Amino acid sequence: MSEAKEQPKAPLPRPTAISAPFWEAARQGRLLLQYCSRCQKYIFYPRPYCIRCLGELEWREASGRGRVYSFTIVRRPATPAFADKVPYVHAIVELEEGVRMTANIVGCRPEEVRVDMPVRAVFEPAGDDISLVQFAPA
Amino acid sequence: MDLRRKAAIVGVGEVGPMRDPGDRSAIHLMLEAARLAMADAGLLPKDIDGLLVGPLLVGAPVTIPSIMGEYLGLELTYADTVDLGGATAAGMVWRAAAAIAAGAANAVLCLTGDAVDPKAFYTRGVRWDGMPAPEFERPYGPMGANSGYALAAMRHAYEYGTTDRQRAKVAVDQRTNACANPRALFYGKPITIEDVLESPVIVDPLHLLEIVMPCSGAIAFIVARPEIARECPHPPVYLLGFGEKITHSLPAYAPSLTTTPIVYTAAKAFEMAGVTPKDIDLVSVYDCYTITVIITLEDAGFCPKGRGGPFVEEHDLTYKGDFPVNTHGGQLSYGQPGLAGGASHIMEAVYQLQGRAGERQVKDCQLAFVNGNGGVLSEQVSLVLGRE
Repeated sequence: MSEAKEQPKAPLPRPTAISAPFWEAARQGRLLLQYCSRCQKYIFYPRPYCIRCLGELEWREASGRGRVYSFTIVRRPATPAFADKVPYVHAIVELEEGVRMTANIVGCRPEEVRVDMPVRAVFEPAGDDISLVQFAPA
Repeated sequence: MDLRRKAAIVGVGEVGPMRDPGDRSAIHLMLEAARLAMADAGLLPKDIDGLLVGPLLVGAPVTIPSIMGEYLGLELTYADTVDLGGATAAGMVWRAAAAIAAGAANAVLCLTGDAVDPKAFYTRGVRWDGMPAPEFERPYGPMGANSGYALAAMRHAYEYGTTDRQRAKVAVDQRTNACANPRALFYGKPITIEDVLESPVIVDPLHLLEIVMPCSGAIAFIVARPEIARECPHPPVYLLGFGEKITHSLPAYAPSLTTTPIVYTAAKAFEMAGVTPKDIDLVSVYDCYTITVIITLEDAGFCPKGRGGPFVEEHDLTYKGDFPVNTHGGQLSYGQPGLAGGASHIMEAVYQLQGRAGERQVKDCQLAFVNGNGGVLSEQVSLVLGRE
């Protein structure tokens, strides 16, 4: 085989009926989370009902502010699709609203990321109709 | 009613571990292990009326218990699969004992194993199809369990100051153990702390030598009611206590990545057994990564929370040491033959409690603590096993 294979693309989110409002908001540069007004708690990831009281959830705009709960620098690509991205930061961010999300930390060198570092949500266009929620140093 | 002394492990069968299974499938490896376990227990297919099978990590057929039961010539009054990741084998032990206590079976054969292509790496990624939240995980390039445990190790270092050297000590002592176990994949290859720290960082802060190596192999064991167990050739290894708890699947949704459900599962197992961590002669706990062992020792109560790093530095974890841990080498040095990796901790506890661990025998080994761990600290099953 002399010709190089085309590098596979990183997987994109495929919004579901339940998660569509989250992704539509992300495309517009806003972070939405589901909230249960009875339990007064946010939940993530999106679900059809509150996992505490089984009641209805509403979408609320979140602060976008959080801290790095933990992170790792991925130095070998997780799959061939990430070959040109290494090294990258795979992190868990804890939002002010109390929920945790997986994200990459962008906008700084991987070596600058620290546990408990304040971060803010940024929105990274990843396809025609999709923006990923990422986090950058606050 | 509890399950204390309601059933005993009476035989084990070990196939591999090996790097290359040749043309043998996981099912064939498990069937070989089943024969060895029956021979070890002095039992015949007609004596086995229960079967628990671990799911295969790739290419799993459905109704696998009847497929394997048929091949083995079993007539089963109790059959099921157990699907708890690395905690599967430990989960089988108490389920088998519960089935026996409930009168559903007399002797339960428990099978785990895997056959992996040593040249394939990317083909065995996490299966995401149909899972609830892949859209919030996959686009960010997680490296499966590797990044999950790296996240745990990084957070543990932040909260408690656990160092790379402390984690490396786990890998080094377990390698010393493997060098006394001719079956271990890394037999004859001792390592130093410097070797671990100089091995490439794969996912910060974890080095290559802190990460388990998938391989092929199978482990079978038989759990039987005490009346049967007492007639078997080797001393019965009784289930004295157990605990199980599952809190999450993906690391982002774990209640904590540094304190695990082992706090509950170990306390429950010790209480049922009527013993404390101080009474334990052998610790045989899941070690997919070095950090897993440190967190497990803390949460099971062998040392205070956050002191796991200093604890492993201050104690000799080898078979000749003051606190023997994973004397078969652990999966880090024995190899991880799929879900049989989790079974290897049970197998070693049985060998040690029966006094047939050879060169690596722990003196006067009466009580063992076993922990099975699945996912990213997700599924936890703790066991206390002991002699008559």
